[in-house]
Amino acid sequence: MSVVLEARDITKVYGHVHALAGADFEVKTGVVTALIGDNGAGKSTLVKILSGTETPTSGEILVDGQPVTIDGPLVARRYGIETVYQDLALAPHLNPVQNMYLGREVMRSGLTGRLGFMNNAAMRTGSRKAFDELGATVRNFSGSVGAMSGGQKQAVAVARAAAWAKRVILLDEPTAALGVVQTKSVLELIRRVRDRGLGVVFISHSMPQVMEVADEIQVMRLGRRVATYKAKETTMEELVGAMTGAVTQDNGTRETQS
Amino acid sequence: MTQSEQTTAPAAAQAGAPPSEEEPTGRLARLARLQALQIIIVLAVIVVIFSILKPSAFLTVFNIRGIVQNTAILAVLGVGMTFVIITGGIDLSIGSVLVFSGVVADKAMANIGNGQGWGVAIIGALVATGCGLAWGLLNGFLVARAKVPPLIVTLGTLGMALGLAEVFTGGVDLRNVPTVMVNTVGFGNIVGEIPWLAVIAAVVVVLGIVLLHRTRFGLHTYALGSNPEAGRRAGLKVSRHLIMVYAISGLLAGFGGWLNLAFFQSTTIGGQTSTNLSVIAGVVIGGTSLFGGYGSILGSVIGVFIPATLQNGFVIIGIQPFWQQVVVGVVLIAAVYVDQQRRAAALRGGSPRMSGLLGHLTTRREAAGAEAAAGGE
Repeated sequence: MSVVLEARDITKVYGHVHALAGADFEVKTGVVTALIGDNGAGKSTLVKILSGTETPTSGEILVDGQPVTIDGPLVARRYGIETVYQDLALAPHLNPVQNMYLGREVMRSGLTGRLGFMNNAAMRTGSRKAFDELGATVRNFSGSVGAMSGGQKQAVAVARAAAWAKRVILLDEPTAALGVVQTKSVLELIRRVRDRGLGVVFISHSMPQVMEVADEIQVMRLGRRVATYKAKETTMEELVGAMTGAVTQDNGTRETQS
Repeated sequence: MTQSEQTTAPAAAQAGAPPSEEEPTGRLARLARLQALQIIIVLAVIVVIFSILKPSAFLTVFNIRGIVQNTAILAVLGVGMTFVIITGGIDLSIGSVLVFSGVVADKAMANIGNGQGWGVAIIGALVATGCGLAWGLLNGFLVARAKVPPLIVTLGTLGMALGLAEVFTGGVDLRNVPTVMVNTVGFGNIVGEIPWLAVIAAVVVVLGIVLLHRTRFGLHTYALGSNPEAGRRAGLKVSRHLIMVYAISGLLAGFGGWLNLAFFQSTTIGGQTSTNLSVIAGVVIGGTSLFGGYGSILGSVIGVFIPATLQNGFVIIGIQPFWQQVVVGVVLIAAVYVDQQRRAAALRGGSPRMSGLLGHLTTRREAAGAEAAAGGE
């Protein structure tokens, strides 16, 4: 349960808006960390910074204790950090295998590979293995992703992130567009990903889902972390209280209006 | 990213993998092939109708050869256009780029030695494709980096390329084409009754099919048309890829300019105003989606054959050839309607596999029926 990804005193300023005002955050291996907070608390900005789509105004990011600069999605990926977006970021006309390997295709060896021919058999095998390991219910590997249900699409997106992530998976409201049954299976996927020893960050507005899947809950408010709870030791009332500012936790991170 | 990094995670168990029980190609490819099949049926119906009405004139080697020759250059342009439209773009400039490249190649060939022989012709081909490539790169740069919509960029270069061609020539067609080039590439048969033009076009088409449907470049072309943001997040070099796609279209338009010189022995400055629309219509009739992400080159090739075959057939059976435009318009709208239905079905997330495809087939047949009706009038 070592800290694999850490953000220290991150600020992000857009013009006059302080989206993040000295936020701290930790992700541990084999732990689902829920990141909650009201709209505008800075959750999405923080995730964007950790996934490399935004750069912080100031502050420090550490991977395995080493300070790093994550200035692009590809850099984040190189550090083993993968992101699942709410709007999926899948190409609907491509099949699950093609989406799985998009941008990371396995090429044939030798001259044909250098000419741009892909090793489709290897990619299909790899995809099946990745889906099977997570128990993801993707049966049709040659159908286009666009024709699948929302849950299946999200399963493809989660499986893709899980297959490539070496350290951390960031999930930005992965269940926002899903029905009850589909949400259940995505939450189940998240638990399996955690059991494989990856750090999982789960952003959601749904308190029941957070309580169900998270091991640890970090609460953000007004651009900084205001509280950290063990999921087993807290209640929904306490979480909502922390989000709205009614409850403050005595752990040194007092909230101040900045 | 290095190759070795790419192949690590999910591909670990590739050794000794049994041949897949599933079809090796994606449903995308299968659908595309089916779509191409539908359009082949439409073309076959047209051919059968004309053959029944005037077998002695329509179904002759001479006539078929004529249709193929008239369509070869459009097919070459259609290959590039298919790439562009699959990315969700459009290239209106191809007709003008063709003229511009022909003019520059003509002038170059006229100024080398006595302007005759294969050496001169080949230099002409290089000059023409070079000109086309330059225009394509300009289009791609403006679309991908300057973020000007492709419709406007290529409308602009359409005017620029044609205008410059007219400036260079004073608006008078040039005719300095090596005789050997005209007699072989332009009119000659490579073997039997098979024209050079058809063989050259077929080679371009096959190369295009391999590039689009078999390589990573082709896959990324579909991905960008399907969801550019997904491509960007997956680390694809979106701008560079778009520039290359427009460069391919420009290069083929330039090469088409050289073929055009050989065929017409003229730069045909005033004769290419509707080439872009003919090619776009063919590509769309062939099932490629104007919204990107979907399409096939085989479909495009069949698609450009349909207007040419109708034109030829109407002349032969004595209908005013103007009807061709009417029928092509109907087919074009029908093709886009089918595409819309397919997209709607896909968005509903249902199973467009059976109902959708059956729907497409029946729609296609109705379209074919409409043509049959029009052809029989």
